[in-house]
Amino acid sequence: MKIKLHIWRQKNSSDKGGFVRYEMNDVSPDMSFLEMIDVLNEQLEAKGEEPVGFEHDCREGICGACSMVINGRAHGPQALTTACQLHMRKFKDGEDIWVEPWRARAFPVVKDLIVDRGAFDRIIQAGGYISVRSGSAPEANSILVPKPAADSAMDAASCIGCGACVAACPNGSAMLFTAAKVSHLALLPQGQPERMLRVQKMIEAMDREMFGPCTNYGECQEACPKGISISFISMLNRDYLKSSLVQIKKGAEKVQAQ
Amino acid sequence: MFGFYKTTVGKKIVVASTGVVLFLFVLGHMAGNLKAFMGFNAASGRYKLDEYGEFLRTMGHEVMGNYTALWIVRVVLLLCLLLHLITIVQLQYQKQRARPIGYAKREYDCATYAARSMFLGGLLLLIFIVYHLLHLTTGTLHFRGFEEGAVYSNVVTAFNQPLIVAGYLVAMLILSMHLFHGVWSMFQTLGLDTPQRNKLLRTIAAAASVIIGLGFASVPIAVASGFLNLGQG
Repeated sequence: MKIKLHIWRQKNSSDKGGFVRYEMNDVSPDMSFLEMIDVLNEQLEAKGEEPVGFEHDCREGICGACSMVINGRAHGPQALTTACQLHMRKFKDGEDIWVEPWRARAFPVVKDLIVDRGAFDRIIQAGGYISVRSGSAPEANSILVPKPAADSAMDAASCIGCGACVAACPNGSAMLFTAAKVSHLALLPQGQPERMLRVQKMIEAMDREMFGPCTNYGECQEACPKGISISFISMLNRDYLKSSLVQIKKGAEKVQAQ
Repeated sequence: MFGFYKTTVGKKIVVASTGVVLFLFVLGHMAGNLKAFMGFNAASGRYKLDEYGEFLRTMGHEVMGNYTALWIVRVVLLLCLLLHLITIVQLQYQKQRARPIGYAKREYDCATYAARSMFLGGLLLLIFIVYHLLHLTTGTLHFRGFEEGAVYSNVVTAFNQPLIVAGYLVAMLILSMHLFHGVWSMFQTLGLDTPQRNKLLRTIAAAASVIIGLGFASVPIAVASGFLNLGQG
């Protein structure tokens, strides 16, 4: 099949960047989107041109590296799919395909389609971690977890941190990501001791990175390759409200003690 | 305590809670308007709508005199409106800041027009509210023999003008759209949404927006079509 590509090319973070048009005349419908770019890059290299920079790792839809907006949709037109699992048969012969990087202030473009998603790592770090060896895993049945809680926590934990939610959100909000990361711990007994502190710290970190506010469009849920529900955002809001009330109460107790 | 307001989530909770107050007000206002259809009270020689207006002005007069309770409600509503507005303007700024470079191509999967026009719709509603207060509360922009306290006849003379009816209907369409996304958003932001409840909450929001929109629209339409007139008195 033939396609006309319009790919965002940008030398580095300070370059202005712009779209470059590439025509490909012999694309197999069985190629994945990334394999199609591989072929394009081979052709570019043969001509002595700079290949298109894009991020990829597992190519089986679980690493979340292949961040690109394809024809106005994060990871392209197919639901519950990352760009590496998207196949060229999903496009029409002769179609114009626009490929852009994630667009968010918090995700600066490094080169072409590659963005720096370090902001996500900093949100996770704000949730707290331990950097010393904490012993081997305890006996699995020593802490009982109700099945519905385990299932729901697993739904949230399926987040691969790809950033499609931010890319798809008209506000550039990272609420679905943060909600998934907060909720998968908040749903489990092991996550309880720091639950109220964690939600505060992670939301503060999210704001520090200058992600936008959530206005409940639901675009993130549609774009999420793992199908994470915006009900987790509701859960995040609930925990935030609760933790703020706890803080206010603690503050009042402090004043009383003095 | 005000650290709460610093985060985007805290701000959204402020928008949602003031939204609850404003929503309850429009619901009550719409229900009160329907008194226009209850006609004339032969015993007192007044329209039921006028009596309702008097009730609003005198409620609580046993304890605190006329107008006091009304003004308390008005001040609370005004504060909620201001807080709603200021917070939204701040959030709107944060939204603009979050994506300095937009997409060349953009497709939406589920973001409704109602959701995407919340800010613009809200600003238009603000203009409408100012006009509406000058039109039917103070009478400044009524121009057809506005008489303090004669609510029913003020409404009938106001809506005998097709352009004003059209303006009000457009405003009610905007209000309906604002509520369609706003009411659902309110539930979501206050943390009431769960996968099991999602459909119910969205249905409540849709129903509330349609009922309030139609309820408000019914009075100007009934006057314009001649169903409500000054003949009964």
